[in-house]
Amino acid sequence: MADGNSSRFFGRSLARVEDDRLLRGQGCFVDDLDIPNVVDIAFVRSPYAHARILSIDVTAARTMPGVVAVYDGASVVDRIKPLTNSEELRVPEGIAALNPVVKIQPAPILAVDEVNYVGQPIAMIVAETRYLAEDALEVIEVEYETLPAVFDMEAALEPDAPLALQGEADNIGVYVRHSIGDVAAGIAAAAAVVEETFATQRYVAAPIETRGMVAQSDPFTGGLMVWSTTQTPHRVRDHVAESIGLSVDEVRVQSVDVGGGFGQKGILVVEELLVPFAAHDMGRAVRWIADRHENLTADAHAREQVHHITLAADADGYLLAVKDRIVVNLGCRNMVGLVVPYNALCHLIGPYKVRNVDLEATGVLTNTTFTSPYRGAGRPEATFAMERAMDRLAAKLRMEPAELRERNLIRPDEMPYRTGLLDRRGLPQEFDSGDYPEMLSRAVDMIGLSEFRQKQELARHEGRHLGVGFALYLEMTGLGPFEGARVEVMPSGRVRLYTGAPSQGQGHRTVFAQLLADALGVNLTNIDVVAGDTASIPYGVGTIASRALVTAGNAINQAGGLLKQRILTHAAEFLEAEVADMQLEGGRISVKGTPAVELSLAELIRIVPKLAGGSGSDGLSETSYFQPPNYATASGLHATIVEVDPATGRLDILDYVVVHEAGRIVNPMIADAQVVGGVGQGIGGALSEHMQYDDQGQPITSTFMDYLIPVSSMVPDIRLDEIVCPSPTNQLGVKGLGEGGAVGPPAALANAVEDALQPFDAIVRSGPLSPSRIRDLVRDPNHS
Amino acid sequence: MSFRGSEGQIHPTTPPLSEPSGWHDISLTVNGEPVSAQVESRLLLTDFLRHRLRLTGTHVGCEQGSCGACSVLLDGVAVRSCLTLAVQANGRDLRTVEGLAGPDEPLTALQQAFHEQHGMQCGFCTPGFLMSLAGLAEHGGTPSSDELDEHLAGNFCRCTGYVNIRKAARQAFGLPGPEEASRG
Repeated sequence: MADGNSSRFFGRSLARVEDDRLLRGQGCFVDDLDIPNVVDIAFVRSPYAHARILSIDVTAARTMPGVVAVYDGASVVDRIKPLTNSEELRVPEGIAALNPVVKIQPAPILAVDEVNYVGQPIAMIVAETRYLAEDALEVIEVEYETLPAVFDMEAALEPDAPLALQGEADNIGVYVRHSIGDVAAGIAAAAAVVEETFATQRYVAAPIETRGMVAQSDPFTGGLMVWSTTQTPHRVRDHVAESIGLSVDEVRVQSVDVGGGFGQKGILVVEELLVPFAAHDMGRAVRWIADRHENLTADAHAREQVHHITLAADADGYLLAVKDRIVVNLGCRNMVGLVVPYNALCHLIGPYKVRNVDLEATGVLTNTTFTSPYRGAGRPEATFAMERAMDRLAAKLRMEPAELRERNLIRPDEMPYRTGLLDRRGLPQEFDSGDYPEMLSRAVDMIGLSEFRQKQELARHEGRHLGVGFALYLEMTGLGPFEGARVEVMPSGRVRLYTGAPSQGQGHRTVFAQLLADALGVNLTNIDVVAGDTASIPYGVGTIASRALVTAGNAINQAGGLLKQRILTHAAEFLEAEVADMQLEGGRISVKGTPAVELSLAELIRIVPKLAGGSGSDGLSETSYFQPPNYATASGLHATIVEVDPATGRLDILDYVVVHEAGRIVNPMIADAQVVGGVGQGIGGALSEHMQYDDQGQPITSTFMDYLIPVSSMVPDIRLDEIVCPSPTNQLGVKGLGEGGAVGPPAALANAVEDALQPFDAIVRSGPLSPSRIRDLVRDPNHS
Repeated sequence: MSFRGSEGQIHPTTPPLSEPSGWHDISLTVNGEPVSAQVESRLLLTDFLRHRLRLTGTHVGCEQGSCGACSVLLDGVAVRSCLTLAVQANGRDLRTVEGLAGPDEPLTALQQAFHEQHGMQCGFCTPGFLMSLAGLAEHGGTPSSDELDEHLAGNFCRCTGYVNIRKAARQAFGLPGPEEASRG
């Protein structure tokens, strides 16, 4: 590794150190905390998609058994600042040059005069138990006057559409257009042009553990202790402090064991400001654990996008121009700005070369729950549009879809490759490394494409409908601006690592320890990882955007290197040797060539304060922040073979292959499982998940009996292959891969289904591909 | 909070608030230990376990009976504790994930299989899978791979994509893994 350290742990599929306590039921998730006299919170939420609040009467609720406090909008409006996810709403300088629209629409903490989606919090009841809090919900009287509402994002763009949010000039929350080259000329010169509309439906990330929080006043300082399911603890700390007027030093946020996040726990919601406020206001510990209904209806939704896309190619299939008008449903207000729309925009073209590009993304307000990034954050939607369009283009050119892709791929010798577009930071978009032709060639071999075509032909004669689908994507990972690591030798001689990037199941305690063990020269079992406690490291960003390994991982490697140097320097003084002659291996410090003289870290840590070199030193501790100079661009290729029964709409996945590339892999077992887990979620979205509203804006998929996340029988065994193109953007050569697996399945499966239904001339324009949708496609090929 | 009575029984402290539908005295066995408590009519078994007995390994994923994270064994049969009232456990034998391997005991073969096959990520749904499979082991004999797969469809996992959970379950039941199965 770095500094010539031996890679004793890097690259090994070590079993996870996390597992034992979780398997024994001894994990500590936020609702497992045992806090004396904690009181529970339940929220009164809007039953209307858009209404004016005429009056709120909480008097009766205050007298209900066990009710400790009731807060409504009027009681908090002057005491808590509205919520703005400022980090996500920032517009980088380069992007600002594109003159985007990014409206700042802070979320009211509790609704005062207007509600604009079903589920919006109106009042907060604090009671001795959740049962009693929910009893009190029943007696809160709210008078509403309904307002015109709009739910369909394209209808919301019509000039006479109702305003989704009163006081705004229109329903546009975000807008950006980015073009290079001459698209009109590209289209004019083309032998084949495909113009299509592809839509991704609304999803909910829906981790099995919902969002939750426990907050308690600190008896010593008057500050706040907050235990949270958040993916971004330092951001929660900053927002809680700012919103209720505390110093950031007075708020400590700790991520506990967290049961999945996938982005839904990556942005702040108003409940996360209200709960700490209540604890601070009452001087009592309070707890809020969203129930599943709240999670599905009133926590962040995701993905809903329409792409009006045009591809133009010459007779040989070389892309001449790509044009896409992207519409993104933001829901009730602009919560996270350009993040998802711009991510979709700048990942749309993927691994292909095309020099005439015109991309426009519009984020639209509707009277639905707000949307935010969910695993992939714009990439699955963009990949669905682009990869579906590539298959339509292949059909038009009568070309094998894999061949059309092959012709247009960026070649490895063109890396680093500049697209001509701007990346999310507003800097020239540059892919650092990758080998897309090799990925495609491996996937074509693994899936057995040429044999499959014969089999497909024979099957059609037997009345069976098989299809193959490919989806390629890339993912700019390792989002900055930084992540940090603090490492220290503890009095016992164990090494503790602190970082701002907590785990929601990704195995940080194992993977981060592997990195530190190598950087330091200690055993994995002597390292403890504390991730996501704001008291342990002052700054952090969090675990979002496939960034933790790249950013925290490199910070850990840097801090480990610094700590090793410090250990060797102090040890050299004590052992009266030259620093250059010292070594640290397996946790033992020794002088090269004299292995008999040894020192343990436990011995050294006790000596340091007494050494001359220890005077003025802060002991055996180092902190380092890593700032990625560019994104590390990972990529993936999904290929699948399906069988579709036109009579019943049944779909069977006969084979599913993923070839992925994410730089050097620290723990292959964990990395593979991240990919497969993402594929599982992607298959859910491709085949069954759909968050739906009725024509009054009522969410109608508000339970797990209606919002259908996949079960075991829906996800086949996935065949994986991997290539490694180390990232030149960081010392470890790593890239992120947390999101990637979820990006490919909607496109790959839709391509396969369309291929299977080719005798029916069906065009798959949207998901999910439920049996009834497949039947619709068979009956009416133009069914959208 | 709870205390152990002179006769060795665990008595969780009853919260001070009354509740309209009244109280019931229940006695049951939890992970082999006798427990007696006062519970409200409407108290869910999940909340009794988690908040009165502090057995927080049983997790709540949906409170709608869908996800299976709250699965426990009631008289040896896996049930959704979120759809079970605490009073329904009166006089019965209840086992939770905490009862699989004692604090000083090694993991059971089932737990060990989830560890070795990386059949878990966040670990939130894991106790439900373990108890569901523990129930199958006790009452279903040795299932076929298909029966096992069918059984696994009763629990949700959002992290793993299930592939490694199937491997773990097959290992625990001594069935060939998916690779061997597809070759055979």
